[in-house]
Amino acid sequence: MYKIQHADKIAENIYEFWINAPHVAPNAQAGQFVVIRIDGKGERIPLTISAVDGENVRIVFMAVGKTTTQLADLGTGDQIQDIAGPLGVPSEVKDWGRCAVIGGGVGIACLPILARALKDAGNTVTGIIGARNESLLILEDELRDACDELVVCTDDGSTGFHGFPADILKKLVAEEVVDAVWIIGPAIMMKITSMATREAGIPTFVSLNPIMVDGTGMCGSCRVTVGGETRFACVDGPEFDAHLVDWDELMTRQRIYPEQEKKSLERYHEHTCRCGERK
Amino acid sequence: MNLRPADDRVHDFEEVDTGLPEQTAVLEALRCMECPRPMCVQGCPVSIDIPAFISAIAQEQFRDAARILKQDNMLPAICGRVCPQENQCQGSCIMSKKGKPVRIGALERFIADWERENGVESPGVAPSTGKQVAVVGSGPAGITAASELARAGHSVTIFESLHKAGGVLTYGIPAFRLPKDIVEFEIDQVLAMGAVLRLNHIVGRSVPVDELLRYDAVLIGTGAGLPYFMGIEGENLNGVYSANEFLTRVNLMHADQFPEYDTPVIRGSRVAVVGGGNVAMDSARVARRLGAKVYLIYRRREEDLPARADEVQNAIDEGVEMVCCSNPVRILGGPEVRGVECVRMDMCELDASGRPIPRPLEGEESHFTLDVDMVIEAIGQGPNPLLSGLIPDLERGPKGTIVVDDGGRTSIPHVFAAGDIATGAATVIWAMGSAKKAARSINQMLAGEE
Repeated sequence: MYKIQHADKIAENIYEFWINAPHVAPNAQAGQFVVIRIDGKGERIPLTISAVDGENVRIVFMAVGKTTTQLADLGTGDQIQDIAGPLGVPSEVKDWGRCAVIGGGVGIACLPILARALKDAGNTVTGIIGARNESLLILEDELRDACDELVVCTDDGSTGFHGFPADILKKLVAEEVVDAVWIIGPAIMMKITSMATREAGIPTFVSLNPIMVDGTGMCGSCRVTVGGETRFACVDGPEFDAHLVDWDELMTRQRIYPEQEKKSLERYHEHTCRCGERK
Repeated sequence: MNLRPADDRVHDFEEVDTGLPEQTAVLEALRCMECPRPMCVQGCPVSIDIPAFISAIAQEQFRDAARILKQDNMLPAICGRVCPQENQCQGSCIMSKKGKPVRIGALERFIADWERENGVESPGVAPSTGKQVAVVGSGPAGITAASELARAGHSVTIFESLHKAGGVLTYGIPAFRLPKDIVEFEIDQVLAMGAVLRLNHIVGRSVPVDELLRYDAVLIGTGAGLPYFMGIEGENLNGVYSANEFLTRVNLMHADQFPEYDTPVIRGSRVAVVGGGNVAMDSARVARRLGAKVYLIYRRREEDLPARADEVQNAIDEGVEMVCCSNPVRILGGPEVRGVECVRMDMCELDASGRPIPRPLEGEESHFTLDVDMVIEAIGQGPNPLLSGLIPDLERGPKGTIVVDDGGRTSIPHVFAAGDIATGAATVIWAMGSAKKAARSINQMLAGEE
């Protein structure tokens, strides 16, 4: 069992957990993820490592399905059954020069550990974060500190730049002030945003989030097509060259179990209402 | 075998073979000739003293039989169920020349089950040597090595990347062939000898390589966990699984009990399983239990199926339809699977193993389509590259295995490897046999250091 050292709701439906995982935290690097399982009947879900502090690792998630909703119902001092990691190949951190790290929605959570690593490697780092509206923005202060510069975007203009991170990235590309780019967010956002750097051939990494089971290369559930080849996101990734990813296949494969996911969540809501377990 | 009726067992995951009743076991044991030079022992990869334990059964000395058995095999309830005895001990039994061999596997299982029900005696453990040994992986190789090493008095730590120990015994082999409480029980016996199990630890990631190499000895038993895919069109459609994924979802994650358990699995109504080995049979039989009509597509003839003959028969009895001399060329559909296009195969000249080489027949009339909504590929697994790729100086073979000598020694002096990661995909018992040898080499090396 692994203890949740600190649980916090940081935006509408978005939660930040610090979990005590002495086998994960000391060796975790930017770009890697953990697989967690809440209890004996739980499923294994991958979550990107957002930050580490001593023996603790931070995960940030949006409560959307059954497992994340159940997780959100846990609090400081509660325990989860399993956390395995760090998994996946770390981000390619080196002295690129000028880097842009771009986060969309809950994907913003993956940026702090990456921005710090890139800064430590001698890069100038521009952070660009976007959300539908102000209430969904997360970790703004932390990223302002971790990056040299931070641009905030909202789809509705409720704060910061009224528009998408892609618009800001296009500007950076046009001004020729960026040498490497990371984009982390929903698949559709990564697909569209990465188009901005395609023509200029700027190295652009995206963190793919297909459905996984074991997370160690054993099942092939997370297979993605990159540059015409089948790769396993869990062990060959999760970061890949954005310009080589078959985005449509990824998005289709993320929707293998829509009915089961719905059923599972409904069942959870019914159960928690009946038992009054929900906080 | 004492099999439950097919139309009964196909609705659940309870064990298919109910085992020998005590009287039958004793009668069966009395059939043993107690040969002076027993061929069965030579046929056993872990060299169990078979005539001795069978003789004890014949005399109804079941406790003695258990002691003899566990001298050489700490996982008898598992081996009694999943070993291909027909090719090993039983295949070498002198009685098979006169008719039927002694049912050694069933007797091994009988004794293991008897002991589990009547109280287990833990084998003695040598005084502590103070040596630290890391065992990577808790499958058949890792567990066997850990038991030998713990028995020799070393301090053993077993690292497992999943949340449950057992490797393929847990995620791969279905409960109707190997009940999971039996796997847990036998692993617990090894832990009772003092080995420490660390779950959720990915060696190479959670335990960095330099930390691993600081142990006095390391045994790598990470198995053949990497699923192969055919590389045909439509393979990434929704509804195409590797056998590993399908079996893991059901065996490890209990997707058959969704939504009680959270992990889902697609319940195809018509399922094609591709492949002819034991993993293919397991996949087909699990799919039957989830309620599907199941086709098993195999490129050679039915008599060439590499799976155990008993398991092939079990699959057929349970209603799996064999589609032999056929090979998939394309999976149809989008985004979900709607069918699989196959080509009929011609059986050509024999290869080195004595089986015909299958070649696709030409012409449109040799193509046909099976109307299925799910495909499971069970065409084999390769060595798991995650750890071995992270250890510099560790020599690897062309197919990604770790190169070892007869004693499981690798190119790094205090690092050993056993099981599928060293031999390529094989059987549970071969993994255990190689693990015993590697453990013996480790014991020798550590004794030499005193």
